[in-house]
Amino acid sequence: MSSLAQSQLRETFELNIGPQHPATHGVLRIKVVMDGEYIDRAEPILGYIHRMHEKMGENRTWNQFWPNMGRLDYLSAMAYNHCYAGLVERAMEIVVPERAEYIRVITAELNRIQSHLLGFGAYIMDLGGFTPLMYAMDEREQILDLLESVTGSRLTYCYFRFGGVYNDIDDDFITGTRAFIKRFRPQIPMYHKLVTGNAILMDRLIGVGPVSADMCRKYGATGPVLRGSGVNYDIRRNEPYSVYPELDFDIPVYKECDSMARYMVRMDEMVQSCRIIEQALNKLPEGPVMAEKVPKALKPPKGDFHYAVEAARGTFSMRAVSDGTNTAYRMRLRSPTYSNVSLFEEASRGMLLSDALAFLGSLDPVIPEMDR
Amino acid sequence: MNELIRLLAYMLGLAAFLGLNLAYLGWVERKGAGHFQRRTGPKDVGPYGLLQPLADGLKLMSKQLVVPANADRALYMCAPILIMVPAVLLFVAIPFGEHLVPREFNFGLLMMFAFASVGGLSILIGGWGSGNKYSLIAGARAVSQNVAYEIPMLITAINIVMITGSMDLNEIVRQQGAYIWNWNIFRLDKSLLMPISFLVFFICSLAETNRTPFDMGECEGELVAGYHTEYGGMGFGLFMMAEYANLVIGCSLTTILFLGGWQSPIGIFPGPHWFLLKMYFLIWCFVWIRWTYPRTTFWGLLNLSWKYLIPFSLVNLLLTALFIKVF
Repeated sequence: MSSLAQSQLRETFELNIGPQHPATHGVLRIKVVMDGEYIDRAEPILGYIHRMHEKMGENRTWNQFWPNMGRLDYLSAMAYNHCYAGLVERAMEIVVPERAEYIRVITAELNRIQSHLLGFGAYIMDLGGFTPLMYAMDEREQILDLLESVTGSRLTYCYFRFGGVYNDIDDDFITGTRAFIKRFRPQIPMYHKLVTGNAILMDRLIGVGPVSADMCRKYGATGPVLRGSGVNYDIRRNEPYSVYPELDFDIPVYKECDSMARYMVRMDEMVQSCRIIEQALNKLPEGPVMAEKVPKALKPPKGDFHYAVEAARGTFSMRAVSDGTNTAYRMRLRSPTYSNVSLFEEASRGMLLSDALAFLGSLDPVIPEMDR
Repeated sequence: MNELIRLLAYMLGLAAFLGLNLAYLGWVERKGAGHFQRRTGPKDVGPYGLLQPLADGLKLMSKQLVVPANADRALYMCAPILIMVPAVLLFVAIPFGEHLVPREFNFGLLMMFAFASVGGLSILIGGWGSGNKYSLIAGARAVSQNVAYEIPMLITAINIVMITGSMDLNEIVRQQGAYIWNWNIFRLDKSLLMPISFLVFFICSLAETNRTPFDMGECEGELVAGYHTEYGGMGFGLFMMAEYANLVIGCSLTTILFLGGWQSPIGIFPGPHWFLLKMYFLIWCFVWIRWTYPRTTFWGLLNLSWKYLIPFSLVNLLLTALFIKVF
């Protein structure tokens, strides 16, 4: 049979998944060419929630850009705060008090647990299990309450400042965090018992959505996606920042390259984050939480600055070109899920629709961060 | 005259039973889901949220019926009715108690299966008539699922028919004795594989009623809401109610065929209360399963049926026949 005849025999149809679809968790649109239940081509189309964050970084002063940091990845906003603080501190050569750095790490890791919990719950919900989401939400609520007590907001944090953090943490926060860790630790084995060991779930995750390390490099995928493909790469270890070098924690890496590997990386990272928080709480030094003499009107010297952090979904890095005025000449945000989702088109070719959506969930996309 | 009164009484009784079940199974499911999920479930409307079904019904009925522009109007409108009719009809053959059968007749079991297939058809009609690609995929899935699971279900039911020699549902119950070991699920003297037959039947009725983990027709993660994506108001309400009606019927049938219907497990006071107790226990299991397990894939579902359940039930049928012949 000639290829022409073959292509005429194959009856494909187009399916628009999104921008309003329960599996995309936001306004992501995927244009899918379906061949029966198989995917011929799936093209993610972004831009439905584009807010020009980069341009905003260029036309407002350095301080005025702070609120935007809570509105990129609204689920792990603390890491984005951390990156922006680090960027400007590097440019201005501000020395941050040690207590502030520890507080940054504690809050950022709490935020990471919170983000992974929601990712876990929402992922299982994508696969049709509704109950784990509610369990995860229950735990997540505790973190949100804790973070609310120090930062004043529940999701879109604007807590860090150039040279420190806005508020010192109090004893209530410390005891509350310890109590949370104590309560949360035994929950993870419970999740594994309830969810991970389930035969249906294993059937849906193991071997589904293979993403090789090469493909990750090609598209710049980072975070749990990369670590689920057997590459030990975590900014917290590879380009250490803040006080991470002083803390003892492991980077979970799985070699299986499938959805299960990515899922397990996230689950294990929550355990490691608990370890980090405990150590940081134990080591927490006394002292101020703001550097002295941070100028109100910031004018970083001329130059090209870059700072990267490990956000919950991968490497978030910012690059700012300063021309010495009170606004940036160029602000570039490199967000992790933008790269992670861009491999979807190649990896989903020939997949079943339900597997492809399970795979999309395992990339854990957050749409506002993709679109910026 | 007597017959007429009897007919009227049964019609009213069934309507009341059905109405209560359809309304309150939704409440049971939501309350159950709530408690499984560390929350309370409905609690604001009436005591324990008991008036919630009324509020839901009122809301659904007061909604405008919108027919999508590219829907096939006739099919779109008749699908919810078509799914409701067989579900309601089937209650006619169910023996709630020894003398509490709306209509006792020889081919009750056959009628059950015949009308149950119509349910799958109306899902296809709804999916096709909606003029929505998600609905269409869901409809296609629902049909292949119903075909795949009706076969092992039927074959397993044939086992029972071979053992009891009757298709009369009341007769099947009567032949199962008063104690728990006389029920078909434990009648190992008839066939050693009886407990596993029960399991097969149970799994199949999960799939037949389109419940998690087999709710391929409406998997909201992939197909938005599946075959009822385009339905709002009471159209959607009828689909929901039909799901619960099918749930009641599936569990009733399992109770009748395997769990001794109205027979008492301890040998005293046989009657409708035992039937209801067993049926609601099974329904509770369905709810439990729904809020515990994730969904299988469509492929996994067909694999399970064609590769495991159908061959197993065929072998089971042969073994049962052999067993009956030899002993």
